[in-house]
Amino acid sequence: MIFEIMIGIISAAIPLSITFVLVGIGEMFNQRAGVYNLGAEGIMMVGAFLGFYVEYVMQSGPGSSFLGMLAAIAVGALMGGLMGLVCVKFKAEQGIAGIALYMLGWGIAGMLFRVYIGGTTSIEGLKAIEFPLLTDIPVLGPLLFSHNVMVYITLLIVPFSWYLLNKTAWGLKVKAVGTAPRAADTMGVKVDRTRIQCVVLAGAMAGLAGAYLSICQTHMYADNITAGRGFIAVALVYFGKWKPSGILFGALLFSLAHSFQRSIQVYGIDFPYEVAVVFPYLLVIVVLALSGRSNVMAPAVLGKPYYRELRD
Amino acid sequence: MAKQIERIEFKDITKRFPGVLACDKINLQVNRGEILALLGENGAGKTTLMNVLYGLYQPDEGEILINGENICIDTPQKAGELGIGMVHQHFMLVPNLTVKENVALCMFNNSAIKLDLDLVTETIKEISASHNIKIDPDAYIWELSVGEQQRVELIKALSLGANLLILDEPTAVLTPQETDKLILLLQEMAASGCSIIFISHKLNEVKAVSHHVAVLRNGRMVYNGSTDDHTTDELATLMAGRDIALPVAKEKMVSEEIILNIQNVTALGDRGTEALDGLSLSLSKGEILGIAGVSGNGQSELAEIINGLRKVQSGKVVLDGEDITNRTPQQIIDRRIGYIPADRLHEGTVAAFSVKENMILKDYAQAPLSRATFLMDKTISNYAEGLVAKFDIKTPDIDTTCASLSGGNIQKVIVAREINRNPKVLVAVYPTRGLDMGAAEFVHSELLAARDNNEAVLLISEELEELMNLSDRIAVIYEGKILKVIPAKEAQKSELGLLMAGVQNEKE
Amino acid sequence: MKKNRLHEQMYNLGMTTFSLVVALMIGAVLFVIAGANPITAYWVMFTAPLQDIFGITEMFVRAAPLLLVALGISISFRSGILNIGGEGQILVGAIFGLFIALYAPQMHWSVMVPLIFVASFAGGALWGGIAGWMRAYLNVNEILSTVMLNYVAIQIYNFLIRGPMMDKQEIAYGTGASQTARIAREYWLTKLIPGARMHSGMIIAIIMAVIVFFFLWKTIYGYRMRAVGAEIKASRYAGINTKWYLLLAMLLAGGFAGMAGAVEILGVHHRGLESISAGYGFSGIVVALFGGLHPLGAIPASVVFGLLIVGADMMQRAVQVPAYVILAIQGLIILAIVSSNVFITKKGMRAKVINLLKKMTGRG
Repeated sequence: MIFEIMIGIISAAIPLSITFVLVGIGEMFNQRAGVYNLGAEGIMMVGAFLGFYVEYVMQSGPGSSFLGMLAAIAVGALMGGLMGLVCVKFKAEQGIAGIALYMLGWGIAGMLFRVYIGGTTSIEGLKAIEFPLLTDIPVLGPLLFSHNVMVYITLLIVPFSWYLLNKTAWGLKVKAVGTAPRAADTMGVKVDRTRIQCVVLAGAMAGLAGAYLSICQTHMYADNITAGRGFIAVALVYFGKWKPSGILFGALLFSLAHSFQRSIQVYGIDFPYEVAVVFPYLLVIVVLALSGRSNVMAPAVLGKPYYRELRD
Repeated sequence: MAKQIERIEFKDITKRFPGVLACDKINLQVNRGEILALLGENGAGKTTLMNVLYGLYQPDEGEILINGENICIDTPQKAGELGIGMVHQHFMLVPNLTVKENVALCMFNNSAIKLDLDLVTETIKEISASHNIKIDPDAYIWELSVGEQQRVELIKALSLGANLLILDEPTAVLTPQETDKLILLLQEMAASGCSIIFISHKLNEVKAVSHHVAVLRNGRMVYNGSTDDHTTDELATLMAGRDIALPVAKEKMVSEEIILNIQNVTALGDRGTEALDGLSLSLSKGEILGIAGVSGNGQSELAEIINGLRKVQSGKVVLDGEDITNRTPQQIIDRRIGYIPADRLHEGTVAAFSVKENMILKDYAQAPLSRATFLMDKTISNYAEGLVAKFDIKTPDIDTTCASLSGGNIQKVIVAREINRNPKVLVAVYPTRGLDMGAAEFVHSELLAARDNNEAVLLISEELEELMNLSDRIAVIYEGKILKVIPAKEAQKSELGLLMAGVQNEKE
Repeated sequence: MKKNRLHEQMYNLGMTTFSLVVALMIGAVLFVIAGANPITAYWVMFTAPLQDIFGITEMFVRAAPLLLVALGISISFRSGILNIGGEGQILVGAIFGLFIALYAPQMHWSVMVPLIFVASFAGGALWGGIAGWMRAYLNVNEILSTVMLNYVAIQIYNFLIRGPMMDKQEIAYGTGASQTARIAREYWLTKLIPGARMHSGMIIAIIMAVIVFFFLWKTIYGYRMRAVGAEIKASRYAGINTKWYLLLAMLLAGGFAGMAGAVEILGVHHRGLESISAGYGFSGIVVALFGGLHPLGAIPASVVFGLLIVGADMMQRAVQVPAYVILAIQGLIILAIVSSNVFITKKGMRAKVINLLKKMTGRG
């Protein structure tokens, strides 16, 4: 019985981690190029609403989930582009700009929700894929073969992003731009352009992550549904040391804790509601405190805008 | 691969920056196989001019002709395609990538996905062989010595097929022996068809290596002709525009009174490796002790442990009989140790603060500048105005931010502040780096004045000339230890060069 | 020389106002999406509060906590540490203040009221100090830690007012509204205008602003904090204990936000209730930036944003666009202000912009 519960907890953790993986991988590219986007939370909120709304309007018809996610990707990329304009082109302080983007996204999502929906409704979202025989394998079955298609796509994105970062010319440029932008510039790399590409990519993935949350995980939308996941994901990038494998590992670990804490409630242990809710944030604070030293591994110019014409 | 450059011409090139005319109608030409030296003080416009050639800046007026054709060089990439390569003064390498990855960034700049590292390694091996430049393609840049990093820069330029090489102050970070090697290499490359533009302010090297020399002063070309036509002194006069006699230390009996004693100190560097490895040194009152060495052998760490900015793992630092090892920076400041740090903008001043606020950076908490934790504005203003006048600092007023001052004047603020405190010991790290001759002259005379005032000066510098002119004794630092201390009048460049490279003469 | 300085400041003011205008123009798009006429909406937002005594006094009711939070933010940003934890610090300040107000021996108001303020300051300082300590000694990014602490504070606060601190009357009557008992009337902040909610909190806040100004520019502690914010390396070299001053900056920033909590419980709501921080933690950031991170600049800035917040409520009633839109607009304003900074600080930009303006208006 205990064993089955444990398998249940672990397999529940996998889809819970997808949001974090998506935002985290996008943010990894961002930070590797030297930019950090705290507005990811705001982008996720807009993505969550938009994805939900598209499917809702299409009444969960065929393809509506994917259309919703596509819309979220597009708007996320747009918001990422805004961040790029402000932080890369106008060289603004990235932390404050990120919070501003958070407020913008929060405001837009809140406003649109009230204007266009105004109440609690639910949608169908994506169903789990049926794998004819594989689902029945003990242990591995429920663990690996009972998830919806987005889970598998995301898990494939992880090795793909590793390839992109480490085996392509573009990935090399990203790494150079975040460590030694002046050197990269003299070697012909377009520093600002590479950074903007990363910010837009990160924005698109944050939008997708938000849409995944409302479409595939909760099947509904409410105020503050993202509950700080965007910020947690940024912390995860630090924890994962800017590597796709580290981020996946961190996301799974985090979701495991989350899933574990949820099951405790299900199994009737008397836990005050607020303490359970607080747990993920406390966990992040502890993680941040412990990995503060590893900032030496951070991309050297993280947070610093690049000025080409610098005179002594 | 780029076409062979037979001749490059600059016609009336002009470049302006806010508030300064960096290049003023410059005319220049280089032919295939020639080595042209571009001579001038710091701030004369040499680097700017070359950045224009390399596509980092666009000229406001004038044109560049390659083989007679007017070409617009708008990006470094374009310059690379035309066959122009540049080795910058501060190396343009990505430290946590390998040599071949750095070269790959140049070679595969145009592609988004494709990255053939094997091709890169092949190319590196070819160039290594044909030009006799040894390097390990798989080494990480941060692991390499300064000389090796320079070789990577050369390979980078050559890998794109450069046949015009621009070298910006290439010998600034080399020992005399490494400099000789580089000069030989450049002469070989010129003989095999490369054109070379060699930027320097070191007259002896310019004389040794170049066929032609162009002298820039305040953005204008003041001489352009054959190197052999002028002596070094004449070139110096051309560079500065007037007769320059750099201050030289007068012979003086160095007092036996030791004021600062560093005993067998070990300390770790930023990367956790040992930066100071049992370093011992003593400094007497009224002397200038020069520290010679190739950058990266523990100089900054030495300055930092004296000033309480780095932890001493073992050993002692004793000031005037008192053990000051591992005291806080504030305590060291209180004990009257002065510090002119290497980075005037980020270490020596708070760039965004006004001149006035920077003047009081060490003394703001003392009377009469403040009383009962309140800053006395009037007193502070008078104090700052006094120092600005005394040290002839060029600033619109004392409320101007330090960032808007020229490099020389920022350094004057720092020097004024430190000297005015009559320190027992003054630590000066690369104090004339990046300064024009006038400002350098000022710094030198202040250091000498401190020495005459029976204060002790620790002068850390990359310029052997400066050390030999000013110091009473010269110590050579290598890999965190002091190898030898020589009285300045006995010091020879060749001996110093060997010591700087770690070669110790066993006999003596 | 002085003329140059005046020109500089006018240019800066001009750029900041221009950013506000740009933000509002982009915000107009949001109104269109929500199905309303942006011009009407903005008109109501900016003018409706000024039409009667109620509106004007409400402006100052909002301005007081905004000013206090903005003071804290100005101190922290100038010290190089970005405090985003205003929301949480207000709540923890409110908790500490409520604790004293409701459970301490009830003494005369001349003792209690200052005590409540001190307690709230201490609570906010504690909450800010956690993040400050983590930044100073563990090198943890303070934006992430303060944001996380916000979420934690909300849960702690809600837990307390729904449980241990809930009004005994609510439990007795079975109404179960999450709020604490009412604070004794003697402790309420004096109402300045009869019939309206405006209270002496604004005056307290303005006095605080002047004190902060003196602190930052006229004392050695302020000098050190500004140095740390401007150039942390050089500050270390100058002997300043940078870690301690980073921590102090967060203690002060949190403390002022905590005081905003005191003002809300003593001046406006007279008890603790849900959502008492009302987004002031974030709006305070906008106010601080709009005031140029200067304590005296924050005074007019807080009144302007008090106007916007009250106006947003009135606008919601008038054109049915949710007041949430004002949050998005505040975000746009911050983006516009930080973008315009490059036009202020980059050398030579000012000359370029002025040249451009001259060309455009034909006065070349």
